[in-house]
Amino acid sequence: MVTTTAAQFSVALRRHLDRDGGALGPLPDWAAPAALVPLYRAMARTRAFDQKAVALQRTGRLGTYASSLGQEAVGVGLAAAMREEDVLVPSFREHGAQLWRGVTMHELFLYWGGDERGSDFAGPRQDFPVNVPVGSQAPHAAGVALAFRLRDEPRCAVCVLGDGATSKGDLAEALVFAGVWRLPLVVVVSNNQWAISVPRARQTAAATLAQKAIAAGIEGEQVDGNDVIAVRTAVAEALESARAGHGPRMIEAVTYRLCDHTTADDASRYRDDAEVSAHWPEEPLLRLRTHLHAAGAWSKEAEEALLDACREEVEREAAAWLATPPQPESAIFAHTYAAMPEELRRQASEAAAP
Amino acid sequence: MTATELTLVQAVNAALARAMTEDPAVIVLGEDVGADGGVFRATEGLLARFGDRRVLDTPLAEAGLAGLAIGLAAQGLRPVLEIQFSGFLYATLDQVLNHAARLRNRTRGRLSCPLVIRTPSGGGIRAIEHHSESPEAIFAHVPGLRVVAPSSPSQAYGLLLAAIRDPDPVIFLEPTRLYRATREAVTDDGTALPLDRCRRLREGADVTLVAWGGLVPEALAAAETLAAEGIGCEVLDLATLKPLDEAAILASVGRTGRLVIAQEAPLTCGVAAEVAARVAERGLTALRAPVQRVSGWDTVMPLPRLEQAYLPGAARIAAAARRAMAWT
Repeated sequence: MVTTTAAQFSVALRRHLDRDGGALGPLPDWAAPAALVPLYRAMARTRAFDQKAVALQRTGRLGTYASSLGQEAVGVGLAAAMREEDVLVPSFREHGAQLWRGVTMHELFLYWGGDERGSDFAGPRQDFPVNVPVGSQAPHAAGVALAFRLRDEPRCAVCVLGDGATSKGDLAEALVFAGVWRLPLVVVVSNNQWAISVPRARQTAAATLAQKAIAAGIEGEQVDGNDVIAVRTAVAEALESARAGHGPRMIEAVTYRLCDHTTADDASRYRDDAEVSAHWPEEPLLRLRTHLHAAGAWSKEAEEALLDACREEVEREAAAWLATPPQPESAIFAHTYAAMPEELRRQASEAAAP
Repeated sequence: MTATELTLVQAVNAALARAMTEDPAVIVLGEDVGADGGVFRATEGLLARFGDRRVLDTPLAEAGLAGLAIGLAAQGLRPVLEIQFSGFLYATLDQVLNHAARLRNRTRGRLSCPLVIRTPSGGGIRAIEHHSESPEAIFAHVPGLRVVAPSSPSQAYGLLLAAIRDPDPVIFLEPTRLYRATREAVTDDGTALPLDRCRRLREGADVTLVAWGGLVPEALAAAETLAAEGIGCEVLDLATLKPLDEAAILASVGRTGRLVIAQEAPLTCGVAAEVAARVAERGLTALRAPVQRVSGWDTVMPLPRLEQAYLPGAARIAAAARRAMAWT
């Protein structure tokens, strides 16, 4: 018998900032402190939104809510790398990305408060809405990317999903399409280590999630998902490559869910507090803030002013949302079809005059 | 424009070519639809004529293909996805139910899904397992979908054009056993048929026979037999299973007073049950006999050796009509 090596692969892990905010070697050209401040502001804004949303849920005004606490660098970093004309196909924990792309807090409150109008956002009109059935949005993103390819448009689709979603066939099939057709698709796996109660190690025996792309003939890499410089750089490089026709890429952003899965979850049932505490020093805002402080680009005063501004926006948007009346009951019939069929028209009349 | 004699599968092909010629947003995709022209040849010649940006041979992944088509449709393309065999349509359920059917509603019309999924449907061709399903009721139950089942070449042409032009997702079930059963003159002039109208194929005073897809010829044969016995049948080809042409059904029952509904799918919770319920709710006083349903049994679709023991045919439809006649 003779055996030879049929294929070989490796997965790189990219990190620019150590956990104390220190630069690991020269930073990318774009990552001067002045350029990092907007990213820091966006992450703080995301965290403020999350805090308010959880508080509104706890007081019975918002529905079940999935916070992105600890994962802000993933959403903000990937969105900051995108162009306006690209299309975001998110999961349900990408508030940071949605806010960066122009979805308003009012609209996010609407959605999480149980109102379809929250997915009719005014900003990125072609972005997909929040996706709840885990991983099922991956083929949509491949379809969007295929549309760009077929029309020769220099645009990309960016799909975001979690570690649990990498177990779904949806992702495997989307990667198959993207690989075969070299689609302008970037998949970001926000690996927060927990799929509700199932830890990463029991989600798959694979050493990395990024390597699942390699099986489909797609480059896969890991980045430190709490390092916004690494996330933005990796996604920007992937987008540039995809836009130039070199095909898709998958980026596994290794991060940590510092909160419960959702407000309906109690993570203490399955996860040690000590594990969570151990991850707090690595959280993304602290890391970038430390870096900016060291560079002389941030101050206690700037921090206080930012938090005040975030609080002011969050309170204003929450108040506007709370003052928004629900849709009329007849709205449940709207948009089921472009033109309402006769039977649905009859049911709408019955509902209106029981 | 002159009419050409076409089989049903040729009419599907003609409609696809017409739609692709009219609208550059229309693309055809699926397993083996390109070089092979589709396993039933429904897409034959399209690759050569429209090129590989309009006709896409895809990897073998039905669930993902439905999702892929949703992404294409949300971007304004008009994908026509072929699912090779009816049993493989079930793999698309998550995408069709959770996404295609509700993308318009959940974004308040911001995004929509003008998607057609075509699949051969029903038995009668001695196919292997999972190739002879009648899944219409599963899809007809879902808000946001349209379900269409043509039964003739001209109808397949007109309904498929309408399905492709429709701004919402359409499940288009082509009766496999009628693909090459007959030829009919089809004028390829781009004229679509409405997606909410049934077709009256025969007039008669005594019984209304409702059927669709592969059972339409069986209903017509039953009507012929019954005519020789002095029983006049009105035959309605439902054609669009969602939405139903309720007015036409009620009008017909109003004329005949008796209703037989024939479906190839299993009995329980089928489209026939919906037709019967509508008549019970809104046309009961016209009925002179209980509604008769003729269907496949509530069993797994058998393999070919016992297929005919499952499939309802003209004899069972005629027997049901006689039962209705015996009532009054």
